[in-house]
Parts: sequence; structure tokens; C-alpha cells
Amino acid sequence: MSAATEQLEGLTSQEYKYGFVTDIDQETLPPGLTEDTVRFISAKKGEPEWLLEWRLKAFRHWQKMEEPRWPNVKYPPIDYQAISYYAAPKGDADRPKSLDEVDPELLATYEKLGIPLEERAALAGVAVDAVFDSVSVATTFRERLAEAGVIFMSISEAVREHPELVRQYLGSVVPATDNYFAALNSAVFSDGSFVFIPKGVTCPMELSTYFRINAMNTGQFERTLIVAEEGAYVSYLEGCTAPMRDENQLHAAVVELVAQDDARIKYSTVQNWYPGDKDGNGGIYNFVTKRGACRGRNSKISWTQVETGSAITWKYPSCILIGDNSVGEFYSVAVTNNHQQADTGTKMIHIGRNTSSTIISKGISAGVSNNSYRGLVKILPKAEGARNFSQCDSMLMGDRCGAHTFPYLEVRNKSAQVEHEATTSKIGEDQIFYLNQRGIETEDAVSMIVNGFCKEVFRELPMEFAVEAQKLLGVSLEGSVG
Amino acid sequence: MLEIRNLHVSVDGQEILRGIDLDVRAGSVHAIMGPNGSGKSTLASVLAGRDGYEITAGTVTYGGRDLLEMDPEIRAREGLFLAFQYPVEVPGVTTMYFLREALNAIRKHRGQDELSAGDFLRLARERSQPLGMDPDMLKRAVNEGFSGGEKKRSEIFQMSMLEPSLGLLDETDSGLDIDALKIVADGVNALRSPERAFVVITHYQRLLDYIVPDYVHVLVAGRIVRSGDKFLALELEKRGFGWIDEFAGQEAAVGV
Repeated sequence: MSAATEQLEGLTSQEYKYGFVTDIDQETLPPGLTEDTVRFISAKKGEPEWLLEWRLKAFRHWQKMEEPRWPNVKYPPIDYQAISYYAAPKGDADRPKSLDEVDPELLATYEKLGIPLEERAALAGVAVDAVFDSVSVATTFRERLAEAGVIFMSISEAVREHPELVRQYLGSVVPATDNYFAALNSAVFSDGSFVFIPKGVTCPMELSTYFRINAMNTGQFERTLIVAEEGAYVSYLEGCTAPMRDENQLHAAVVELVAQDDARIKYSTVQNWYPGDKDGNGGIYNFVTKRGACRGRNSKISWTQVETGSAITWKYPSCILIGDNSVGEFYSVAVTNNHQQADTGTKMIHIGRNTSSTIISKGISAGVSNNSYRGLVKILPKAEGARNFSQCDSMLMGDRCGAHTFPYLEVRNKSAQVEHEATTSKIGEDQIFYLNQRGIETEDAVSMIVNGFCKEVFRELPMEFAVEAQKLLGVSLEGSVG
Repeated sequence: MLEIRNLHVSVDGQEILRGIDLDVRAGSVHAIMGPNGSGKSTLASVLAGRDGYEITAGTVTYGGRDLLEMDPEIRAREGLFLAFQYPVEVPGVTTMYFLREALNAIRKHRGQDELSAGDFLRLARERSQPLGMDPDMLKRAVNEGFSGGEKKRSEIFQMSMLEPSLGLLDETDSGLDIDALKIVADGVNALRSPERAFVVITHYQRLLDYIVPDYVHVLVAGRIVRSGDKFLALELEKRGFGWIDEFAGQEAAVGV
């Protein structure tokens, strides 16, 4: 192995920097999953009858389903009875009214992650709905958002305060019985965010939620619902890191987006959960269902994701393009190293006329990891004039990792224009040497090359997120590319 | 500035350089000529510190220090610049960003302050203009989609920005038409100074019409078989590499 390859291995096998455990008393349900578990969760949250029924229906359906085996990932069978389905920080009933009341240790955790709530909120003008395990502990900028008529709260609160809206939209994009993990989520979802942007309103700030898993053997089942009415606009940021754990932790989230006429939703994710150690022990199983419905004419939903964490990622943020002229976008960077496995991509379902979609996927594989792009472009018979452009690029670091592309294409309208481009390249020792020869050290060279490779995706991210994303690639980079 | 002593280099067990001796003083321009496969590019690569070469014997001293002990980026920061025969594409990274990072890495090494974006831009405009470069090229990704001529011009531009003490030009003339060749040569000549030295590696004599060397060395089968002044290049041009082969043959016969 050459010196440059060795250095690459060194860079890509860095220990997870955010591995620490916060010591906070948890009110945790013992492991196990029965109808009683579902009832307990629902009762704990004081949910109305209809929601309990909805959960139970999902649970009964889930019991009849089989875990999907088609993804290009391998893991031992999950014992769903060994998982605890509810954990809340101490004093759930007595929620903090301000940051001053938040457990200092919890705030310190955010500090370690480089996301001091108050600073971040003040500097970036971002409202932060921080989710610690299963329950929101801090929400800021509520008032300013309320002035604009924007609703941004935990989904548990929304069930209490806006039951009619939740009931109208919950499960309308991802039905409770959609797939194995979505059904599980529907049965036991703990908390998450609810966003409602009324007609004609441009959300006055970017909305941000930090998720964190922090309880041993606790599944995390987030549920997020974002609705943009006619002509509304919102940019939502989701960022995650998790402390180090030996045992695998299951995360099965569901995100639903609804865009009415002329509405636009931009959903950005930086995911940096614990990927397991160098030998493939531990790490998060991230089995997520994310889907957006462009219901209205000229509506637009844009997914941008930077996936650097988790032992296994199974995730396909999708767009259902129902309204005429609606637009779906998917920009993705997926990084795997050591023993990580990712099977991620998107589905673009063209139903309305003149609908268009863009898919830009960048997969980076290092170590002995496996990185798969899986994407479906489906053009239905009535989608006259539909267009899609897909570009899937893979970069390999070293020669023990894998990159795979599984594009699926179903075109049932002759007027459709569909383009697919795919490339696979190896991070070149030639490139690194060229940069070295100009005085740039290898770590910076790799960072520069990788960030250049991902540029088309990073430029879709809000500025502060783009910076974080570049950091999360595991290498330092001063300033922004370009 | 650069002293090469009895340098032997192998690639995959095969000896490519078989005892090179060369002294390069500040202010001088050395041309190294030779047929394909004689080891010219290997010499450039070894001096710049590229992986994959085994140095089996000999020493290289640069500025009084052991060059072979330095990492490639340290050699660069110490003022050694290689104009690549095949400049490498770096998609998504603008020439501007790349070069600013490079320049600042070198400045930091020298204990100088980093150049601000504004100062860098002014310098880049000033240095790119004589090379007839489109200013938009700075905004394009490094070498991506550049023509052969643009790539070579960009190499010389980078050299003029980084202001090395020792410039190695590896077949910078290959693939250039006569106009581009003149521009590149003018760029190099503008950088000539008493403090700076160049080693110009070329297969053809014509580059040396424009970059007039102080010394010419003929490399054959991993050895410098003859050294002289610029007239050696002209003689070589007139008589062709056949003459060299003949010469090398004689050398082999007498077992030099």
C-alpha cells in the first residue's frame, strides 16, 4: 500500500468524535412491543381516541408484515421485543419554559456538538426545536413565527393544539401501512416536529431540529409533518449526531411533506449518527421513510441530504408530483466508511403534466463499506411532457469498498424525457499528488477533492449547514469551496 | 541549489535511473533531453516526491538539505515546483480556490501572512494577463475541460503565482502549437532570475529556441551520457536521436 493510500485510510478511519453519553435520568418503558405498549405511549401523551385507533391499526398491520430484504445491506435479525419504545427526559410533565430551565448537562451536550442553542438561534436567526430522545425540550422563536401565522411545534403538542390539522394530514403521504418501518413508526412514534405554513406566507426563518438518540436500547421513532398551503414557502433543516453506543440502535422515522398550489418546501438533512466502530460493532440502523407530495400546481419539493453516519442507512426521500408543472428535487451526498452500509436514493413519481424532477446523487465509499444508490423514476400515462434528469456519481477511496447503482425507470408516456448519467471514479493518488506538489497537505487535499466532488449538492444547502456538512465529511476545510 | 549524486531509481524492480549526477545552481537553466523511455519524467517525479519509485542508491540535496527525506508538500513549500506533463483534473474545485490554498500554505511555511481574497485576486489578474488567459478560467474547476494548451498555460500561471526557487518543467511543450509554445516560453523567461533555477525536460529541441538553456544534458537509458551548452541541443536536433543511440552504444561498448 502506498503512502498516500495509507494516509487516506487514516483519514477515513478516524474515531467518531461525537461519542459521549449524557447522564440524565430517563423514564423508560421496559423492552417489548405489544398493543399495550402502543396504548401506553398514546396514554402517556394524552392522545385522542382517533390517534390511538390509528396507531393500533398500524400496529396490527405491522404484525402481519415482513421486514424488507431487498436492500443491498446485511445485518443480523432485529429483535423488536428487545427494544424499549418510550423514553423521556425527567420532568416531562413540567417542561422548561425557557433555556434557563433546561438541564445544564443537556445544554452542555449541545455545546460539545458545536450547536449552542441560544448562539445558533441568535446568530443564524434559526428557530430550534431540539428533540432529546423522544420529547422536545426547548423551542425558540415561537412568538415570531406565530406572528407570521406559522405553526412550528412538536407533533405531540400539535395533536393537542391543532388536532384537526394533524388528523387531516397525518398519514396522508406515507400511509400507516406503507411499509414495514413506516407501519412500526405509525404504531409507536414518540415525537417529532409539526410545521404548518398558511396560505401565501414565506416562513420568516429557517426551521431547524436537532435529533439525538441518547438512551440505551431505546428505539427512536420520529414523526415529522410539514404542510405548506398555497403559495407558502419553508426551508427546514434537520441535523443529527448521536453518542457512542456498543449496541445497535434502531431508528425508524417518517417524514411527510405536503405542498399545495405554488408552495415550496426545501428539506435539508445532515445525518451524522454513530456509525459503529472500525470493526463494525454498534452503530445506528437508520431506516427512514421520507416522502413529499406536490399536490398543487407549480409546487416544488426539494430534498437535500448529507448522510455521513449510521451503521446502516435505508432511506429514499421521494416526491409524488401530482400537480401540473410541479417540481421534485433530490440532492444527496452519502458517505460510508469502515463497515458502514448505505442503500439510499429517491423515488420520483410523475403523475401531473409537465412535471419535472432532478436527481443528483454523490456516493463516497471508503474502508470496507458498501454504498448503493437506488432510485426510481416513474412516469405515469397522464404525465404529458414530464422530464427527469438523474446523475449518480460514485467515488471510491481505497480498493476494499463498494459502490453500486440501481436505477429503475418506468416510463408510460411517450412524451417524457428522461436522462440518466452515472460515473464511478477512484479518488486519485494523482489528484492528491498534484495538490501535494502545490504545497497542500494530504488531509486538506482529500478534503478539497471530496468537497469538490460534492459541490453540486453542498450548494443546495443553507450556508451554515453547508459548512457543517463539509466538517462532517471528516476532514477539515477552511472557508467554503469556490 | 540542487545536487544529485549517483541517483539510482527503480520502478517495480526495474532500474530506470542508473546513476544520475547533476548540479543545478541558482540562476541557471538546465535542459534534459532524451528519447522516450530514457527516464526523463521519472527524474522529475522523483524530485517532486511522487509515490511508486524506489530509490536504491544516491542522494539529492536541495538548498543544503536532503530532498528525498521531505514530503511532497514540504518540497513544494520549500520552493520546488513541477509543471506536470499531464496536469490533473480536480472537478468541483475552482482554480482560484485551489491556488489560493496552495499559495497560503506556502506563505504560511515561509512565515508570511495569508493573502486576502482581494489581494490574491489582484495578483492572479496581474500574473494571468501576460499568459493570455481568460480571467474566467480562474473560476473554472482545476484543469477540468481545459484544452491541452490551456492546461500547460495554467501550469505556468500557477508557477508564476507560487514563485518557486526551482521550476521543473516536464515536457511542457508537448501538445502545444507554436503560438502557445511562445506564450509558455515567455512566461518561463519572465520568471528567470538570479535566485531561481529551471530544469526543462523535453523531447524536442524547439522549446529550447525560446527558453535558451545554459546547459543541456542528454539522458539515455537512465544515464546522462553527454552534457554541454545550448549548441549540444542544436547538434542533437541536426543529427537526431540516432546519433545518441550510437553514442550510447559506444558508451555501452567501452563499458563506461
